[in-house]
Amino acid sequence: MRVQLNGHTIETNADTLAELMVEQQIDPRTVATALNGEFVPRSRYASQLLEADSQLEILSPMQGG
Amino acid sequence: MFYQFTPQSRFLLGTAGYPSPDILHQAIDASGAEIITVSLRREGSEGGAFRSLLQQLNKRILPNTAGCHTVKEAVTTAQMARELFDTPWIKLEVIGHADTLQPDPFALVEAARILCADGFQVFPYTTEDLIVGEKLLEAGCEVLMPWGAPIGSGQGLRNIEGLRAMRAWFKDVPLIIDAGIGAPGQAAQAMEMGFDAVLLNTAVAKARDPVRMAGAFAAAIHGGHEAFQAGLMEQRDMASASTPIFGLAQF
Repeated sequence: MRVQLNGHTIETNADTLAELMVEQQIDPRTVATALNGEFVPRSRYASQLLEADSQLEILSPMQGG
Repeated sequence: MFYQFTPQSRFLLGTAGYPSPDILHQAIDASGAEIITVSLRREGSEGGAFRSLLQQLNKRILPNTAGCHTVKEAVTTAQMARELFDTPWIKLEVIGHADTLQPDPFALVEAARILCADGFQVFPYTTEDLIVGEKLLEAGCEVLMPWGAPIGSGQGLRNIEGLRAMRAWFKDVPLIIDAGIGAPGQAAQAMEMGFDAVLLNTAVAKARDPVRMAGAFAAAIHGGHEAFQAGLMEQRDMASASTPIFGLAQF
């Protein structure tokens, strides 16, 4: 299915957020995630199911003022 | 001073816009700052270098909600920041307009209320408006961060009388001047007026020599605070001889 990851459309075979991170080679310890505008805590990655057209923001620490 | 944390330094430094991670690191060292601000973004090419820098620095992290325009965006960003940086601190910015980067006070108060109730320790980026300040305290904020001038403008304290009134009104509330400071003299002025600290970024990051400018701001902020503690003299309209008249020779 297709989902939106950080503004890009990607094709994924993952059913859960945890699987998507493995597939996309994202280290879950270095990011925080929101699904369709809602924060998803790390403890829910394994159980959080993805649906087609889900909008994911997977964010990292960056410089800021 | 700031939610049970009392830093030695009254200088809070932003981490954005430096020529390189190495210069950022040196500038943080030169600033003496114990609190640095960071953000959350989609990871770019420098993400790995910044992560390892944060691990090396033994600083308090104050994540921001920069770029958020709605309550929802700010609250979600704060929740993400709390997990990622393992801190209840959040520099709450809810921007009202992209050109002025002026805080939206209505959304700011609402977001502050939600976040304080959820256990966050909120540092709200606000204006010098006293009523907005009162509402933020009612919402649970224990620090206020009035702007000096619009973010990145370097104009210094644009409404000195308004800020003076704010300082007097919120006698026992820690107040940090956040944004708009362009020169060390402006930071010293804020400290001389009795503000508790200064938060800035661009004035250091965009200096020709950011490391040296970080040191200059550190000295100015320290000097301004010392001057406030020492008690400034009253201004007078007319001159007043400092050398005694008594004992003056008669020629």
